[in-house]
Amino acid sequence: MIRTGKYASLILASLVVLVPLVVVLFAAFKTHAEYSTTGPLTPPRDWLNFDNFVTAWKAGHMLRGFWNTTVILVVSLTGTVLVGTLAAYAISRFSFALKRLVLGLFLVAALVPGVTTQVATYQIVKSMGLVNTPWSAIVLFLGTDIVSIYIFIQFMESIPRSLDQAALIDGANRFTVYRRIILPLMRPAIATVVIIKGIAIYNEFYIPFLYLRSPELNVISTALFRFKGPYGAQWETIAACTMIVILPTVVIFLLLQRFIYNGITAGATK
Amino acid sequence: MTLRSWRPWLYLLPALALLITFTYVPVGNMVWYSFHKWDGLDPVMDPVGWDNYVRVFTDERYWRVFLISLYYFVASFAQIAIALYFAVVLSFSTRFRNLFKGILFFPYLLNGVAVGFVFLYLFQPGGTLDTVLRFLGLGDHTKLWLGDPDVANLSLAGTSVWRFTGLSFVLFLGAIQSIPGEIYEAADLDGANRWHQFRYIIAPGIRRIISLSFILAISGSLAVFEIPFLMTGGANGTRTFVIQAYETAFQFRQIGLASAMAVVLLAVVLLLTWIQRRVLPDDEVTLS
Repeated sequence: MIRTGKYASLILASLVVLVPLVVVLFAAFKTHAEYSTTGPLTPPRDWLNFDNFVTAWKAGHMLRGFWNTTVILVVSLTGTVLVGTLAAYAISRFSFALKRLVLGLFLVAALVPGVTTQVATYQIVKSMGLVNTPWSAIVLFLGTDIVSIYIFIQFMESIPRSLDQAALIDGANRFTVYRRIILPLMRPAIATVVIIKGIAIYNEFYIPFLYLRSPELNVISTALFRFKGPYGAQWETIAACTMIVILPTVVIFLLLQRFIYNGITAGATK
Repeated sequence: MTLRSWRPWLYLLPALALLITFTYVPVGNMVWYSFHKWDGLDPVMDPVGWDNYVRVFTDERYWRVFLISLYYFVASFAQIAIALYFAVVLSFSTRFRNLFKGILFFPYLLNGVAVGFVFLYLFQPGGTLDTVLRFLGLGDHTKLWLGDPDVANLSLAGTSVWRFTGLSFVLFLGAIQSIPGEIYEAADLDGANRWHQFRYIIAPGIRRIISLSFILAISGSLAVFEIPFLMTGGANGTRTFVIQAYETAFQFRQIGLASAMAVVLLAVVLLLTWIQRRVLPDDEVTLS
């Protein structure tokens, strides 16, 4: 009895998650005439009708969207890893005055919700002349990331200091220790940060919406958002574009499941 | 002080510079702007004292949007309850465990704009939800899910639950699984049933993550932006605090007023976090 209830609830929840997505998938394969004559729960007649995907890909300039997203993603992630590991190295391996203050600054900043400060942040980014350039998104993704630094510090604490000391005795300087010893050993933490931060950047809407206004700078979120007005009556095209945006997430999730779960847990509980 | 003491600052410099430029300077400026009337362009700002704050608390258009947060706040209780239920269920051995775990978690990974479109499609008149209701013989209960101000906020809060339950679920599941297995075995030997196991082993083991989830729920429900902005644009009584602040700042160019709104929101979030830290002290602040 309890077991049936348990499986019934799991199946019900799975339906609640999957049905809204599957019906959009159905719509993406329907012709316009078919879409207007069939109900949302009816599967498409032709599963190989990719016309809507072609229309969406071209009309939404999705290639450009993916390209822009990729550029911003690669630069921001590289920057996050470098800036974050360097800061973590200073905090984990040096003792200096004001260390508690620095830690406190990072800690308090983690509590400030990004959406609230955009009013003022916008003025700063504008005064730097970065609005409507990819750099605005890149510096903001770099500059507002405190969680990664925490993940790096935590992981670095678990690397034995005797390794550093051995290298220092052998005549290596501090930077060589960071570059040759710490950084290579940090690989698991770097992977975690790259995965959770990568997903967050791929999904980010507010920052590109606010700072990358010109259509040439569309990332995938804002490219998809642009379908809202002009394609209001063509749900099959919107559906196809939505699926184009979701597909990479599905692939990444299937490939990296275990890392994603660990990364999410590490990121949220710091 | 030795000469070397500047060395760590070299490593810290990029991170600190970014942190100060894009977090602390904006917060400082925001407080400054909030006491002025400014359109964001004029080189001169008019000092107006506390006027902007008075307006936020007395003009209905500004404080009413705070109340909209209550929908999301209540919804986040549902979210925590659902997540907790499935986390407990899946922490015991279950067929297709990983499949169910993956399905429940998956919505959290989706692009917000995609989620917006998926649910616009679901809620549209004659859309998926109406069709399913008719199929179940509940055809009389169809509504203008996003057009009727009485239900629009519920629909949006429901979308938010759909999107974020997976996160709470995975966090709870992780916390439950970090409880050593021998404790359950010992409890089994002592004749404890499932409820006892939940009440005396699981619940205390995940207290910290649950309290964290409540804080995230409160600050999250005050800072709701994406889902209502993408789906209704704030129409039909669904305008949230952040949408209002966004429009005030970027459409009506009232930077001072928008900053006052943001300062109020920030103060509330920081206060709540501080209360949480006082009430439930963190057992493991080991970063130093």
